[in-house]
Amino acid sequence: MSFLYEYLLQLTWQHVVMWCIGGLLIWLAIKKEMEPTLLLPMGFGAILVNLPFSDAAAIGGPLHTLYNAGIANELFPLILFIGIGAMIDFGPLLTNPKLMIFGAAAQFGIFFTLCLASVFFPNINDAASIAVIGAADGPTSIVVAQTLMSDYVGPIMVAAYSYMALVPIIQPPIIKLLTTKKERMIRMPYEAKEVSKATRILFPIVITVIAGLIAPKSVSLIGFLMFGNLIRECGVLDSLSETAQKALANLVTIFLGITIAFQMQADKFLQPETLLILGLGLFAFIFDTAGGVLFAKFLNLFVKKKVNPMIGAAGISAFPMAGRTVHKMGQEEDPQNFLLMHSIGVNVSGQIASVIAGGLILSFFM
Amino acid sequence: MYFEPMNFINNLSYMGLGMLGIFVVIGLIAGVTILLNNATAKIAKKRRK
Repeated sequence: MSFLYEYLLQLTWQHVVMWCIGGLLIWLAIKKEMEPTLLLPMGFGAILVNLPFSDAAAIGGPLHTLYNAGIANELFPLILFIGIGAMIDFGPLLTNPKLMIFGAAAQFGIFFTLCLASVFFPNINDAASIAVIGAADGPTSIVVAQTLMSDYVGPIMVAAYSYMALVPIIQPPIIKLLTTKKERMIRMPYEAKEVSKATRILFPIVITVIAGLIAPKSVSLIGFLMFGNLIRECGVLDSLSETAQKALANLVTIFLGITIAFQMQADKFLQPETLLILGLGLFAFIFDTAGGVLFAKFLNLFVKKKVNPMIGAAGISAFPMAGRTVHKMGQEEDPQNFLLMHSIGVNVSGQIASVIAGGLILSFFM
Repeated sequence: MYFEPMNFINNLSYMGLGMLGIFVVIGLIAGVTILLNNATAKIAKKRRK
């Protein structure tokens, strides 16, 4: 009869804590609808790998096999990027390419957090991997953390995806702290301009070449993203575009979410460093927001046609939440102020800038 | 627990280089995009004529 309870006796409080964390992620996914495509598989996976002697978590088991097949070699996040690229419409950005500069400014939090994380983590690769939480981009965070062989991939992933979903909560207080009501009410009229098909097709190719020549370590990230976009924009691969946006993205997301949980085993996850990583990740998001807003305010000192500084905050890569959050805040101050096209344009530029930032981080430390 | 505040100062160069790098690359991409927009608009205008 001992076979009925011998494994039960191996249960520790750490396992139970991880079940609670898994349960929390599932609750956030279902009840609060926070990034459900990833938080739910991660939450369930956390429970799977924290059952004593779980064969799901064993070396050679299914999660370990999937981990080696798609996460250890960064393949799953790169394939997911094809889907993400196919989903993105760069139109609002192409009508006003100057908005890209705000996407660049909003990556400040990554590099500032790198400096801060190095105070607490002796291995600079770990500090850099933690800093890339500020990229607000799951695939980039995974690729950088894996490539730099960080020991903290699990907490980094949980932080990255959780904070991406919390952008509508994290950003508004920071934006309000750094701007006046008058600034938040600045209107930015949108002039719809047609973007030629040739531009839409050449854009992903040109970006890949430029980013690749300057930061070759970013070619995988930016290349797969832009490949997805090219499939969308070429106009002759509608079925591939639809597959990339739906079936491919969903399939890889399922595998990615549950496989990341392989790094959420209690002995790896329940370390004091995990709380520190969660704190540093939040710090990165805060300073990304601050960097974008303050840059916009700085720019307003020199330009005649003022920009609403809130759009700087949309440069964080969490698409489309950051863009929508800024638009909503603008509407709260002035219901006639439509910032959406500008904020979405800045938001997609942040997607590009975050990938380049990831590539630069890899260039520094590889 | 590891705590070395001087590392913050020592690694500020990465912040400087990183932000400079991002602005250079993004600036280049924005500039090329503006050129692309202008070039394709001119071609489209010629075709209409």
